[in-house]
Amino acid sequence: MTQNSERYLLSPSMKMAELMDIDFSLLGVLTRMGLSFGFGEGTVEEVCRKGGVNPETFLLICQVYAYDGYRPTRQVLEQADVKEIVNYLHRSHAYYMEVAVKELSDALERMVQPCDGRRQDIIRKFFGEYKEELSKHFEYEENLVFPYVYSVLGHAQGGQFSIGEYEQNHSNVEEKLEDLKSLVMKYMPSQCDPQEAYKALFYIYSLEQDLRKHTVIEDEILVPMVGRMEHE
Amino acid sequence: MSKRILLIIPSAIVAKGLEQVFKDLGEFEVCAILSDLSGRPEAQIRSMAPDVVILDPVIFDYASRLSAKSRVSNLTGAAVLALSGPYADEEALRQWDGVIGLMDSPTSIIKKVRTTLEGREDSPKPEGEELSVREKEILVCVAKGMLNKEIADQYNISIYTVITHRKNITRKTGIKTVAGLTVYALLNNLIDTNTVE
Repeated sequence: MTQNSERYLLSPSMKMAELMDIDFSLLGVLTRMGLSFGFGEGTVEEVCRKGGVNPETFLLICQVYAYDGYRPTRQVLEQADVKEIVNYLHRSHAYYMEVAVKELSDALERMVQPCDGRRQDIIRKFFGEYKEELSKHFEYEENLVFPYVYSVLGHAQGGQFSIGEYEQNHSNVEEKLEDLKSLVMKYMPSQCDPQEAYKALFYIYSLEQDLRKHTVIEDEILVPMVGRMEHE
Repeated sequence: MSKRILLIIPSAIVAKGLEQVFKDLGEFEVCAILSDLSGRPEAQIRSMAPDVVILDPVIFDYASRLSAKSRVSNLTGAAVLALSGPYADEEALRQWDGVIGLMDSPTSIIKKVRTTLEGREDSPKPEGEELSVREKEILVCVAKGMLNKEIADQYNISIYTVITHRKNITRKTGIKTVAGLTVYALLNNLIDTNTVE
C-alpha cells in the first residue's frame, strides 16, 4: 500500500489503442465495461466519457490486469465508482459462465471425442462439477454480496451481512481448475486430439488468469471501498 | 516413549536453547549434547542410540563438508538435521535429512524433526517421479473417499505418514483436489467407475 501506483503510467490522456496494446487481456476489460471497439484515435478519457464509463474506474481495473501485484492506494480508490466496479464484476460473471467456460467445455468435448465413452464421461463429470462450483460461487456474490453493496450505497440498513464476512476463499474453485490443467496436459489418453487439447489448455490458462484478477478486484478494490462506506 | 535427540553443536547457547525447545514441547528428549565429533570413540556415540542427530555443520572442516553426512551416518542410523547458520553452504546443506534455521520458531523446529522422521519411517523414499506402489494404494483410498484416519488404520501407518504420501502424490501429479485425484485414478485404471459413485 505504498506509492507504487505512481510507477504505473496508465493515464486518461493516453490513446485507448495504446492502452490496449500494453496487454491483450485489457481487450476483455474494455468489452466488459460496456465499451466498444472502433474508437479510432480517441483517448482513454474520451472513449470512456462517450461510453458513459468513469475513466478512473476503467483505468483502475486496467492496472490490475496489466500489472501483477498491483495494489491500489487509498486515493486511487476514492476516485473510482463502486457501482461500476460491481457492474464490472457482474458482467465478468456472465462472461465466465456464458463464454469462457463454454469455450473450454466445447474444447474438452472435442478433445475427448476420439476416446471411449467411459473416459469421455470421466472428464465430463469432473468438468461439470467444476462448472457447478464456479457458478455457486458467483451466485453467492450475485445474491448476497452485490445486493448488500447496493443497500450500503443507498444508505439503507445493511442487515446482518457486512463486507468483512465476504467469502475470501476462492481456493477450491482455483484448485479444480489447476487440476484440470495437470490432467489435460499430463494424463489425457493418447487418442485425444492434440490441437483440441492445446485449445483447452489455452482456455484454462486464460480463464485462470482472468479469475485471479477478478479476485484481486474483489479483495483489494471492492472490499476496502465498501468497508469505508460502512463507516461513513 | 519420546524420541531421543543427540545435539552436536559447539555453541553452548544454541545447544541449550534447542534443548529447552524440546523440553518445553515434550515428544522429543535431548539425550546428549556434544560440542564436536573429534576424539569421541565411535562406540560411545553408537551407544547413545539417538533417533535424531541435530548438528552444526561448522564442526566439519571446509574440505570435508560435502561428505559430512556419510561420516555421521557411519556412526549412527539416526536421521540427521543440520543447523543453517549465517555462513551456510547451500550445496552442502542439501545432503542432510533436514535443515533447521536459527530463526525457526519452536513449533516449526518440532515439525521439521517430525517430518524428517516420518519421511524415514516407511515411505520408500520417492526418488522417481512416478507414483510408488504405496502411493498408488493411498491414491485409490483417497479416490474412494476414505479419510486419512481410515487409510492410516488400513495400512497400519501413522496419519502423518498418510499426509506425507498425499503431499508426494500431489507434488508428483500436480493434482490437489479429491475429485481431480479420482479422475487420475480412473484414467489410469487404478479403480473402476463403479467404485466411486
